[in-house]
Amino acid sequence: MRKAENIFWLGIKELRSFLHDFVLLGFVVYAFSLAVVMQARSNSQELHNASIAFVDEDNSELSRRIAHAFLPPYFQLPQQIVEKDVVSLMNKGKYTFVIDIPPDFEQYVLARRHPAIQIDVDATAMVQAGLGSGYAQQIITTEVADFLSHSEGVKLSSVNLDVRIAFNPNVTTAWFTTVMGIINNVTMLAIILAGAAIIREREHGTMDHLLVMPLAPFEIAMSKVWANGLVITVAVGLSLYLVIRWMLAIPIAGSIPLFMVGVVIYLFFATAIGIFLGTLARSMPQLGLLFMLVYLPMNMLSGSNTPLESMPSWLATVMEASPSTHFVLFAQSILYRGAGLDVVWPQFLAVAGVGGLFFGFAILRFRSVAAQST
Amino acid sequence: MTARESSVAHIENVTQRYGKMVALDDVTIDLPAGCMVGLIGPDGVGKSSLLSIIAGARQIQSGRVIVLDNDMADPRHRAEICPRIAYMPQGLGKNLYADLSVRENIEFFGRLFGQSRAKRDAMISELLWSTGLAPFSDRMAKKLSGGMRQKLGLCCCLIHDPDVLILDEPTTGVDPLSRRRFWELIDQIRARRNGMSVLVATAYMDEAEEFNWLVAMNAGKVLGTGTPTDLKTQTSASSLEDAFIALLPEQARRGHKALQIPPRRIISADPVIVARDLTCRFGEFTAVDKVNFTIERGEIFGFVGSNGCGKSTTMKMLTGLLPPSEGEALLFSKPLDSSDMSSRYRVGYMSQSFSLYTELTVQQNLELHAHLFHIPAQRAKARIAELVDSFGLKEYFDQRTLDLPLGIRQRVSLAVAIVHEPEILILDEPTSGVDPLARDRFWEILINLSRNQEVTIFISTHFMNEAERCDRISLMDSGHVLATDTPAGLVKARGVATLEDAFISYLEDATRQRATAPAPASPNKADETASPTPQHPLFSLQRLLAYTIREALELLRDPIRLGFSLFGTTLLMLVFGFGVSTDVNNLSFAVLDQDQTPESRAYLEELRGSAYFIEKPVIANEAELLSRLKSGDIKAAIEIPPNFGLDIKRGRPAWVSALVDGAMPFRAETIRGYLQGMHQLYLADPTIYTTALAAPPPSNIEVRFKYNQDFDSIYAMVPSNIALLLGLFPAILMALAIVREKELGSITNLYVTPVTRIEFLLGKQLPYVAVAMANFSLMLLMALFVFHVPLKGSFPILLVGVLIYVTAMTAYGMLISIFTSTQIAALFGTAILTVLPATQFAGMMTPVSSLAPGAQIMGRAFPMTYFVPISVGAFTKGLGFADLWTDLVALAVFVPVLALLSVLMLRKQER
Repeated sequence: MRKAENIFWLGIKELRSFLHDFVLLGFVVYAFSLAVVMQARSNSQELHNASIAFVDEDNSELSRRIAHAFLPPYFQLPQQIVEKDVVSLMNKGKYTFVIDIPPDFEQYVLARRHPAIQIDVDATAMVQAGLGSGYAQQIITTEVADFLSHSEGVKLSSVNLDVRIAFNPNVTTAWFTTVMGIINNVTMLAIILAGAAIIREREHGTMDHLLVMPLAPFEIAMSKVWANGLVITVAVGLSLYLVIRWMLAIPIAGSIPLFMVGVVIYLFFATAIGIFLGTLARSMPQLGLLFMLVYLPMNMLSGSNTPLESMPSWLATVMEASPSTHFVLFAQSILYRGAGLDVVWPQFLAVAGVGGLFFGFAILRFRSVAAQST
Repeated sequence: MTARESSVAHIENVTQRYGKMVALDDVTIDLPAGCMVGLIGPDGVGKSSLLSIIAGARQIQSGRVIVLDNDMADPRHRAEICPRIAYMPQGLGKNLYADLSVRENIEFFGRLFGQSRAKRDAMISELLWSTGLAPFSDRMAKKLSGGMRQKLGLCCCLIHDPDVLILDEPTTGVDPLSRRRFWELIDQIRARRNGMSVLVATAYMDEAEEFNWLVAMNAGKVLGTGTPTDLKTQTSASSLEDAFIALLPEQARRGHKALQIPPRRIISADPVIVARDLTCRFGEFTAVDKVNFTIERGEIFGFVGSNGCGKSTTMKMLTGLLPPSEGEALLFSKPLDSSDMSSRYRVGYMSQSFSLYTELTVQQNLELHAHLFHIPAQRAKARIAELVDSFGLKEYFDQRTLDLPLGIRQRVSLAVAIVHEPEILILDEPTSGVDPLARDRFWEILINLSRNQEVTIFISTHFMNEAERCDRISLMDSGHVLATDTPAGLVKARGVATLEDAFISYLEDATRQRATAPAPASPNKADETASPTPQHPLFSLQRLLAYTIREALELLRDPIRLGFSLFGTTLLMLVFGFGVSTDVNNLSFAVLDQDQTPESRAYLEELRGSAYFIEKPVIANEAELLSRLKSGDIKAAIEIPPNFGLDIKRGRPAWVSALVDGAMPFRAETIRGYLQGMHQLYLADPTIYTTALAAPPPSNIEVRFKYNQDFDSIYAMVPSNIALLLGLFPAILMALAIVREKELGSITNLYVTPVTRIEFLLGKQLPYVAVAMANFSLMLLMALFVFHVPLKGSFPILLVGVLIYVTAMTAYGMLISIFTSTQIAALFGTAILTVLPATQFAGMMTPVSSLAPGAQIMGRAFPMTYFVPISVGAFTKGLGFADLWTDLVALAVFVPVLALLSVLMLRKQER
C-alpha cells in the first residue's frame, strides 16, 4: 500500500515537471502529429511517382498506347528521350525506368514475330525498381494483348490469376507508414524521456535525495515508468484518433483499445530500457550515443522499414529478442488484420518479459548511480 | 599607459533585466584604475552581471559602459581592447577544460591571443614557476584541488599580459590556506606589473578589508563606495560585515539581530552518529581516508574544509548513498544498512545542490515529501502550515522554487528536509552562495532545532564564521580529518587568534610534506621581451587551431565518446548491412487446392519451385485460410477452385486466386509481382501448352537491371548505409560539442577572447570531420571486404564527396546546437531532425523525386539527399565526375549556407 502510494506521488511529480518543459512538450506534439502526417504522405514504400522515359523508335499507334498507359500516381508522365542520352540520364539518376521500343515493333507484333521490348531499370533504387519492373511488364503485356484483341480479336489466355490483397485492398502505404511512424516515435520518446529523467535527477542532485528517503529503487523506477508511459499513451491515443482516423481518414480495422493495451505493455519495456540506459550513461552525451546504438537497430530492423523475411536468419533470430519486432507484429495483426487477443497474446507476453528483464537490470544498477554522481 | 588613466571603467545608467528579475538597476559608477577594486555583497545582487559587462562577455541592455576609454557597446572597440582585459568567471575554473592538462590549458589561451611559440613558452614557464604549478604541469585540470585550479585560472588570465584583471569570486569554496596564498600571488603580480587594475567580486568580507577601494552592492544597486576605512567610518561600524549590514536599506535589515547561540544542554551523551575508519576509494583515488568521529544527540557538528576535500563523500557514506570501501558507520548505534527503511524516517538530508524539484511550487514540494514519508493528511497539513509559518515562506507558497532567490530556496530545502521531523539532519554545504543576512536567519532555525528539539545536526561548510557556531568541528583536508574539537579548543591548541589561523596552521602541517614550498618570485624575463604587442587579425588560423587542438585532446581523452563515435558506426554498419534489405524472400505461403488434379498440381509446381517462397502445411478450408493469414503464419494463400483442371481441358477460362497479406504494403506488392511473374512463366512453359492451349506472348519483354544485374539489394543498401551513418553520427557528436561548452560555462572564452565566431565554429568542427573521415575509412573497408560490394567508380570523387558531406552534416549539427541551450534538447532535437529525413526522405529507399511535395522539400533541404547518389553512384553505378558533379555542387552549397547561418545565430556576447 505504501509502495503504491509512493509510486503514485513520485509519478505525479514527474508529470508536473514534464508539463513545465515546453521544449520537450513541443517535440512530443510534433512527433505524434506533424511527423506522422509527413510520413503518411511520403509514399516511401509504394510505387509512386516513379520517373520514367521512353525511347520510342517505332512511333506507331501501339508504341504510343504503351506510353500512355503509364499513369500517375504510379508513374510520372513519361518523357521522350533519344537513345544516345539513355546512359548519361540514368547515371544521373534522372530516370528510374527507361523503356526502349525498337523500330517496327508494331509491325512485328502483328506479324507474330515476337519482337522484344527492353526496360532498363536503375537497380539501385531498390523499392521502385522491384515493384515498378513488375508493373511495367504487366502494363506492356496488357496493352499489347489489348491491341491485338482489338485489331484481330485474339482470345485472352485461358488460365488467369487473380491476386487480391487482404486487409488493405488498395495497398495504401499511408496505413502502414503512419502506424510504423508512431511505433518508431514511441520507442524514441520513451527511451529518451525515461533516460533523460534519470540523468536529470542525478545532475540536479535530487536522485541522492530520493535514495536517502524511505523509498526503494523499485518505487522510483516504477514511478518513472508509469508517468512517462502515461504521457506517451495519451499521445498515441490522440494521434490514432485525431491524426490517423480523423485528419488522414485512414480506416482502422482492429480494436484500438486492444492496441493501446499493447502500447502500454511496450511502453513498460521502452521506459525500462530508457531507465537502464540512464543508469549506464554518466552524462547526457553518453546517453545520446547509447541511445543511437540501441534505437537505430531497433527501429531499422523491427520490420517496420524492411520486411523481416529479408534478413539473414541469424539476424532475424536476434531481432526476435527485440520487443520492437513484436510490437510491429502485433500492431499489424491488430490494426490491419483485426486480430484479437487470442492471436497476439504471445507477442504481448514476449514484450512484457523482455521489459521485466531490463527493469530488473535498471533496479540493480540504481545504487551504483549514487556512487557515480560525485 | 593605463596607470595614467584615472578610471579603468566608467559605467553610466546601466540597467540589466533577465526576465522579471532586475540584476542591475540604473547603476552609475566610476572604478579607479591601477588598484584593487572590490565588489562586495551577497549572491545575486548584480556583482557578476557588472563584471561580465565590463569584461565584454555580456550584452549591455541599456546605459553606457566605457572600459579603458573604449565604448563596450561597439563590437569593433570591444575586439580592440579585449586582449587588454582578462576575465575569470565565477565558479572554480569554469572557463578551464577539465580534460586538458595544466600546460595544455594555458597553451590554449596563449594561442587564442595569437602568441608566438617562443613567447608563449617563456610566459608559461614563468607563470608556472611563479604560481608553484610547475611540478604539476602535466596533471589534468579535473584532478587539481580547488586552490590549484584557481591558480591555473589565474595563469590562463595572465598569459596575454592584460592591463585589467577581472576576478569573479575567485576564492569561493577554497580552503583558507590556498586563499591566503592566492592573494599573496596577486600582490606579487601587481608589484611586478605596475599599474595593472584588478577588479574582484567577493562574498568574503575579511578579504575585502585588504582591497584599495570597495563597491558595496545590494539588489542591483550600489549602496556605497570608498576605501574599506571610509565605509566603516561612514557607518561607524567596527567590521566591514557590520558596515555592509548598516548600509542596507531599513527594510532589508528589519528583524536582524546578532545571532545568539545558547549553550547546549547535554541530555544524554549517547552517540547518534559514529564513523569508524571510514574510507572511500574511487579506483586508485582515495576520497576519504580513515575518518573517525562521534556525534552526540542534539549536537551541531561541523565539517570544515575546501571543495573536494571529502566532506560530501563522507556525508554520502553516512546516508547510505555510498557504500564505504572500508570501516563502518553507525546510526543510532546500529550499523548502517541501506535496505533498512525504518531508519530513513529518522534522517533528513539536504544535498549540496539544492535538492528541490525546481519546476514544482513550494507547496507541491512540501506536500510531495509529506506524502513520501506517509504523514497522515491531517498532520501533514498542520506540519506544513507550521513550517511555512516559522520559516517565513507564506508569500512564496504558490511560487515555483525555480523563481525564488537563493536564500529562500535554501530555507524551502531545509523545510522539505525536516517535514517528517527527523532526529538527525545531514546538511551538505547548505549555505554556500547565500548572503550573510539569510545565512544568519538559516542558523537561527538550526539552533532552534538543536537546542529546543534535540535534533542532531551534521553540517558541512567552508565558511569559518559558520564553523565557529558549531558545537564541535572536524577540520578536513584531502580526505583526512586534521583535528576534531570545539572551535575554541582548536584555536587554543594552536595558540593562534582565530579559527581561520588555526585551520591554516593545521593545513601547513599537513601540506609540508606533500607539496613543495611556494616558489620564490623569479625575475621577470618574459616582460622584458614582450614589447611588440601581438597582432589580432580578423581571421587567424592559430586561434582556429587552438580550438581544434583543444577539442581533439578532449575527444581523445574521453574513451567512451571516442569509442562510440569510431566503432558505433562500424557496429551499426554491420547490423544494417545484413539487416536492411529490400530483397523479399523466404515468404511463407500455403495452398488450398480444392481441385486436386494434375493440372492444379502443375500450376502449383511452378510456385513450389521458386526460391522466394517457402511452403507451409496445406490449408483445409476457407476459414482456416483467413485465420492463418490473420495470425501472420502465412503471407500469401493460393486457392485453386474445384473444376480447375476440367475448365482447362474444356478450354473454358480457369481462375486461380491468391490472397496476400496487405499489412506490409511493400511486401504485399512484391508478392503480387512475384506471383504474376510466376504466372507468366507458367503460361510460357512449353510443357503447359499441351494442356492449357495457350499461345506464347505476342511480345517479349526484356528487363535489364542496370548497375546491379542480380538485383541484390546489398549493392544499393551498403552505400546508402554509409550515407546514413555518416550523416547521423557526426551531426549528433557535433551538436553536443557546442552545447556542452554552453552548459559547462567555457563558452565564456568565446565571449572575452579575440577568437571570432567563425574560428570558434570551424575550429571545433575540424576534429569531428576527422573522426567522420576515420569512420568512413572503416566503413569503406567493411563494404569492400565484409560485404564484398566493389567500388566500381571513381574513388577520388567519392572521397571528395564524403569530405564535403561530413562537413555539411557537422555544420547541420552545429546549427541545431546553436538553437538549443541544454544537452538533452540538442540530443533530442538532432535525433528528431536527422533520423526522420535520413531514413525516409533522403532517397535511401525511394528516390526523392517520387516523394510527395512536403516530404520532397524536407528531403531536398537535407544534405544526405545529395550524398546518396554520390555514394551509390561511385560504388555500384561505377560513375565518376562527369555524372556526379551536379550532386557534388549541390552538396557543397550546404557548407557555406549552414556555416553562415551558424555564424549569424551564434552570439559573441551573452544576453
